[in-house]
Amino acid sequence: MDSTNTSAVSRLKGLDYRVLQQCMHCGLCLPVCPTYNDTKMERNSPRGRISLARAIADGRLDLTPEYAREMYFCLGCLACTSACPAGVNYAEIFEHARAAAEEARLLNSPLRRLIRWFTVKWLFMDLRRLLFVGRLLRFYQAIGLQRLIRGSGVMKLFPKRLQELEAMAPDIPAKFSAQLIAPVTPAQGTRRYRVAMLTGCAQDLIFSEVNRDTVEVLARNGCEVYTPPRQSCCGSLHGHNGEYALAQELARRNIDQFPPDQFDAIISNAGGCGSHLKHYAQLLEHDPKYHDRAHQWDAKLKDVHEWLAFIGLAPIKDLQAPKQKVTYHESCHLCHGQKITAQPRQLLKAIPGLDFVELPESNWCCGSAGIYNITQPEMAGKLLVRKMEHIKATGASVVANGNSGCLLQLVNGAKQTHQPTRVAHPMTLLAEAYRRADKAAGKS
Amino acid sequence: MMAPEPVLTSKEDLIPYAFDGTAALSQMPGAVVFPRDAEQVSRLLQWANRERVPIIPRGSGSGLSGGSVPTPGSVVMCLVKLDRVLEVDRKNLTVMVETGATTEAVATAVGAANLFYPPDPGSMKISTIGGNVAENSGGLRGLKYGVTRNYVMGMEVVLPQGEIVWMGNKCVKDVAGYNLKDVFIGSEGTLGVITRVLLKLIPKPAAKKTMLATFAEMEKAAETISAIIAAQIIPCTLEFLDRTTIKCVEDFAHIGLPLDCDAIVLMETDGHAAVVAEESARMEQICRAHGCTSVHVAKDDTEAVQLASARRAAFSALARVAPTTILEDVTVPRSELAQMIRFIQNVAKTDQLRVGVFGHMGDGNLHPTFLTDERNHAEMEKVEKALHKIIEETIRLGGTITGEHGVGLAKKRFLPRQLGETQLRVMRELRRVLDPAGVLNPGKMFD
Repeated sequence: MDSTNTSAVSRLKGLDYRVLQQCMHCGLCLPVCPTYNDTKMERNSPRGRISLARAIADGRLDLTPEYAREMYFCLGCLACTSACPAGVNYAEIFEHARAAAEEARLLNSPLRRLIRWFTVKWLFMDLRRLLFVGRLLRFYQAIGLQRLIRGSGVMKLFPKRLQELEAMAPDIPAKFSAQLIAPVTPAQGTRRYRVAMLTGCAQDLIFSEVNRDTVEVLARNGCEVYTPPRQSCCGSLHGHNGEYALAQELARRNIDQFPPDQFDAIISNAGGCGSHLKHYAQLLEHDPKYHDRAHQWDAKLKDVHEWLAFIGLAPIKDLQAPKQKVTYHESCHLCHGQKITAQPRQLLKAIPGLDFVELPESNWCCGSAGIYNITQPEMAGKLLVRKMEHIKATGASVVANGNSGCLLQLVNGAKQTHQPTRVAHPMTLLAEAYRRADKAAGKS
Repeated sequence: MMAPEPVLTSKEDLIPYAFDGTAALSQMPGAVVFPRDAEQVSRLLQWANRERVPIIPRGSGSGLSGGSVPTPGSVVMCLVKLDRVLEVDRKNLTVMVETGATTEAVATAVGAANLFYPPDPGSMKISTIGGNVAENSGGLRGLKYGVTRNYVMGMEVVLPQGEIVWMGNKCVKDVAGYNLKDVFIGSEGTLGVITRVLLKLIPKPAAKKTMLATFAEMEKAAETISAIIAAQIIPCTLEFLDRTTIKCVEDFAHIGLPLDCDAIVLMETDGHAAVVAEESARMEQICRAHGCTSVHVAKDDTEAVQLASARRAAFSALARVAPTTILEDVTVPRSELAQMIRFIQNVAKTDQLRVGVFGHMGDGNLHPTFLTDERNHAEMEKVEKALHKIIEETIRLGGTITGEHGVGLAKKRFLPRQLGETQLRVMRELRRVLDPAGVLNPGKMFD
């Protein structure tokens, strides 16, 4: 074993052994694990993956490419952590395992290296670059080039995978968050709270309107919202993909930009980001300069549903609200990562005219899982089909969801299966309801 | 070897099959195969007899006695891909399932037809029917409804040398010949491989009521249970948790279990509404007469389900406080419950060991669980000694070393003490007749 490999193994060894030993392999995680459910093979299950990590820490198994591939086959949906009575911290094992795989350069191909460098190390480290690429894509779509290319059949000359990826490319809105949201949005009525709004990266690129709606709903509920135009990525992409040091750097940048003692809450409206954002203290535990502030940060960081339910939603009065059937797909990192399940439902049920129906398997991953739908298209595709079937069966005309990755996946799912279902963030539905109620009351 | 794809042989594939749900037992297999039907199971067993390769049948690997832990060089025969629910027969009240269907899948499928399959082991969300039959699993409802054995009407078994045999039928009565299928129920994968099972169903009870009583002393809880049984009340469920277990379960489930008591008793009565009302009133009365500190009635079905699910998670939840949890399964006549619990608590105290106790008190089935660390050899030795003392006392009180988890590897050393030489000899001879080459799950239960 060479020296990089040794140090990568020590990353797993360095993990508190109790985290690995906590798993008493009862198997209660198996029925909730989407990959095990598909293959019925133990190594594709949480307890199987934990047993491999433990074998490496014990020196019974080398850090092998097979192991690395297994850890990238895991969705990281964390459904196992909700099912685990023993309280195993699978998220920690998962992140360290992928980091160990990257440090040992187990999955090293030139193309993979290039893609990782471009996305994880370049694009998402400075969001101006991401937004620039977004503008290029927007230009491609706006001048009709995308339609032309798709119509011409020229894409058929490209490999199938590239065709699929092109079809997945999201529609880029004309304006990003900074053009839609003022740096400071005053509270409507009495100011009760001062909060900061994290606009995110993919969220800002594809769903800038969701950010605008979120800020609007917060302002309508007595929050003054601070939304600086230039922000950093939360680092969840980096943390989940084995780039621990970059994730730490981004955490420090965010803490510097949003000093936690200046806000009543720091708001995230994307379940995946929120789940990572709430663990800066763990990420910076060996950083004496940031450690205390990271703890404060974690305490102030609130998912927008959690925050609104906590401060109490201003009632929406609208007797003429149109009737619509809405269901709710849970973001894995909102329900399993942050254990926020009741609040989004509570908010949706507060919308006049809305008939809420439960989605079967609502907390089962849709296959988006960060960049999983790009890295593992086959498994992600199966999960998306399963999800779309359940959504169809509810008969709902709208599916609500609180995470940008899932929103995008569901939009693609609806397109692929020709379902007319609208995909919307709960904040968008709330903002619309407020505006409708205003109109009904003759305010605007 | 005549096995369908995939055949697992790489180290990364095999390590996760080296163990089941039992603590501190692990052994790498040589390969893992996934048969899709009885025919493939048969061919594999014929091959194993020719090549003298041990075969380890396995379901989801949630067993608690090491019954599916491999032996060196063995082939694990994993049956989870044989998982269809084949037929719910509403006229005869039966269901036919393949061996790898989970207990929960069966319960859900028959529930849709307004029928009821009562056995509900703690691991029912993942445990397979084949595993339940092979271990004769119990569950929370054993007191009133019995265990898996009481619901098996027929089954398809592949004998160790590869013959496929069907035993039983949909008849309520059947005395043709020896009741051979009963020999295979609880045989722990040593006499044959179960591939299909015909299960008896009953109508769903019309009403049920779930109650939670708290006690300041463990012994009072035990006395209360004995009194309920002595009053000739047979509720569906009479479960208990001690203080340590309550805390762990609450940490996981967050359902507001009382943390300021020494024991809670979970009671559930079901059946006709009038009977439910009467039984629950009488049980409450007995609890109060025996010094319970409070009785809480679950307000609706959701809360009742939450309480039962929380109880099912008890064993796994105990892993929150210690890395290794050594789980016992001793069972005593119900009149001896208070004595047995006192004994366990004394052993833990004098040997300075941590123990969490929970179990199916109505069945006299206790699960004292030692909270330890397998890397602490000195303490593991103390645990082993304490186990011996508990086993001795169990047998002295007329009890059994295992109520529902099976012998496997974990209880093997205690079996001769429980059965005596004659019973053990008959069992050995029976096994040799069916499996002369000794290929099926060797080393389990007895040598």
